[in-house]
Amino acid sequence: MIKKNDHKKAWIALVIAVAVLVLVGALDNLPHVPSMLLTVLQKGAIYALVAVSMNLLNGFTGLFSLGQAGFMLLGAYTYAVLTVPVERQASVYQRYEDGGLGFSVTQSLGNSMGQFGLLLGVVICLILAGCVAGLFAWLIGLPVLKLKSDYLAIATLGFAEIIRAVVQYEKLGPVTNGSNLLYGFTGFTDFHLGSLKLTTVMPFLFSGLCIFVVVLLINSTYGRAFKAIRDDEVAAEAMGINLAKHKRMSFIISSFFAGISGALLAMFQASVQAVAFKAAMTYEILLIVVIGGIGSITGSAIAAFLFVGCSEWGLRFLDNETTLKNFDAKVKFAVVFGVLIAAVVAFGLLRMKRKGKKLVDKVQRDGKTYYQRRITGPILGLGLAIVALGWDVWFVISPRLKLPLLRSGFRMVVFSVIIMIVVLFFREGIMGDKELWDLGKKKRSAKAKAGAGNE
Amino acid sequence: MLDKILPYLLAGVSVGGQYALIAIGYTMVYGILRLINFAHGDIFTVAGFVMVYAAATMPLSVSIPLTIVLTVILGVLVEKVAYRPLRSAPRMSVMISAIGMSYLLQNSMWYLTGGLAKQYPVLPWISDRVNVAGTTTSRVTIITPFLTILLVAALVLLIKRTKIGMAMRAASRDFETAQLMGIKINNVISFTFVVGTLLAAVGSMLYFSNYATVTPTVGAMPGLKAFVAAVFGGIGSIPGAVIGGFIIGICESLIKGTGLTTFSDAFTFALLIVILAVKPTGLFGENLTEKV
Repeated sequence: MIKKNDHKKAWIALVIAVAVLVLVGALDNLPHVPSMLLTVLQKGAIYALVAVSMNLLNGFTGLFSLGQAGFMLLGAYTYAVLTVPVERQASVYQRYEDGGLGFSVTQSLGNSMGQFGLLLGVVICLILAGCVAGLFAWLIGLPVLKLKSDYLAIATLGFAEIIRAVVQYEKLGPVTNGSNLLYGFTGFTDFHLGSLKLTTVMPFLFSGLCIFVVVLLINSTYGRAFKAIRDDEVAAEAMGINLAKHKRMSFIISSFFAGISGALLAMFQASVQAVAFKAAMTYEILLIVVIGGIGSITGSAIAAFLFVGCSEWGLRFLDNETTLKNFDAKVKFAVVFGVLIAAVVAFGLLRMKRKGKKLVDKVQRDGKTYYQRRITGPILGLGLAIVALGWDVWFVISPRLKLPLLRSGFRMVVFSVIIMIVVLFFREGIMGDKELWDLGKKKRSAKAKAGAGNE
Repeated sequence: MLDKILPYLLAGVSVGGQYALIAIGYTMVYGILRLINFAHGDIFTVAGFVMVYAAATMPLSVSIPLTIVLTVILGVLVEKVAYRPLRSAPRMSVMISAIGMSYLLQNSMWYLTGGLAKQYPVLPWISDRVNVAGTTTSRVTIITPFLTILLVAALVLLIKRTKIGMAMRAASRDFETAQLMGIKINNVISFTFVVGTLLAAVGSMLYFSNYATVTPTVGAMPGLKAFVAAVFGGIGSIPGAVIGGFIIGICESLIKGTGLTTFSDAFTFALLIVILAVKPTGLFGENLTEKV
């Protein structure tokens, strides 16, 4: 039965979705919007989808799979092969005689029906991309899904590598172009409404729709079965959940969406090459899921934008060798840096206090009093902070103007250190296993509980 | 026939020995912590880079021990920073931490070395060309299997005959009970990492003597393959890891010989999936039901 409240919620969700699309569309067409912002938004939307698809498997079904890059590769190649325009196939497949399919889905539909045909063609190819990934997931799942935890992880990782090797096989060259680049196919830039550009709207639309489907799935009976399997396999089986069927289903659906996101990534990059889909890509997606919170759809989406934003844009300045202009700029930098260090220290102390940790704990055991010291961590932290502040002061006094450490590659080091800190100390991630729309609810129910306690 | 196969066979035995040395690190850590140490392959690469820089300024008699010592320190440090705080956490968290550590090591190497491939120093004597049954090959190819077997024999003695070895066996049998029996589990784990990274450092010297260049991501693939070797031989079993390493090395090299180079990596993983499906405990693995 649909409750009245659900209708209201659905309307709110629809309004928000339309508002976001309009906003993104506006960004697309307004002048002076930094192109980096658009890049981040596009790539972020795509990574959000693949992170959600991985979260469906890892966070909601408890199957630790590392095959995402392989399924993305399948999706990307399916899409690219189907949509390379006929007249460009000769140059794209120049190393292979009679390379290419000899037709292009988007081109033929686009020619006969204009923009609508193009959209239809892209949608068909995206779904096919997902289906190919899903089909392979079914095949792979037959032997692999019997395995557990790290064995499953390593087996899926292995399958991703096998797929990558097969795609690059010379004999498949006329279709996959071997280990060479595929390019020239329909991308996001081909979409426009009259004179309005839709470059950023399209990835938002596609990945938004897919994520919406995943949310519906998770809130359905199937989703509840997935969560039951994650929490306790034995108990789930005892409640009549068919383990093999549900695991297979989760694996196929997750791969289906990974395939679509791979196709979207191909559209975004305007080219695909198998070498890019290495295990490192899966690791990045896994880290996004962890940062967002394992078992939170909105967390994954937020983390995807943060991850892409930081790595592509926000932390870029760390990669450039920087020389400050004058003494004033140096003082400003030193103050900002000092405040940053102080903030980190304050945050650490606050966290310790909140967790009720003391530097020295008195423990009574066997009638004797023991003192437990927890000082290695705090002393190390404080020591580092003091060294950093000392360096800060020294830097102001010294005549140097060039900032140290900043050069190509430093961004990724800082970035991976941040990730390690999240993994070690904030294992919940940004959202834990809650969703954005749960946040208000939790507070209210807590209040209600408090109220009930008072009465 | 034989003289066609022989060069590939020799190369296979050599690379197999190198995989075996890395695989021991995986199998020992997995035996005790039930953790795939994804950072192991990167530690192996770090050893390569340390050697490149050390050999540029120091004589080999200093740089080789220095490389080994620094790599061991790094291995123990990685355990202290990334794995020890998560000892009571779910296994998935520890594995994610291992992946994060691998990411950090790769990015740090990229930053420190500028991302360019570095030429590995030529180690005298072991890089010399020698003639074996009509084919020329470098001496490292011949030495590797013998050195591997020697090191493994020493390791097996260490585990079977010494007190720390006994503690390691106890810890891998039952972590908590070992702790209750007064075994200082953290020391045992640190020692496991010392042994594992030491062998990885030796393996890296042999491996890079054959391959000549070091890049930040070069260790990922041999690392994964060594893990497959460990699984193939039965994870937790040292002779298993060694035999697995040799089998994978030889098969891979023979596949390269038939011209299907693209599939040499794929074969390794296919082998992994077959062995997991057919005999999940590997060739010499103990029968533990919780594994698969």
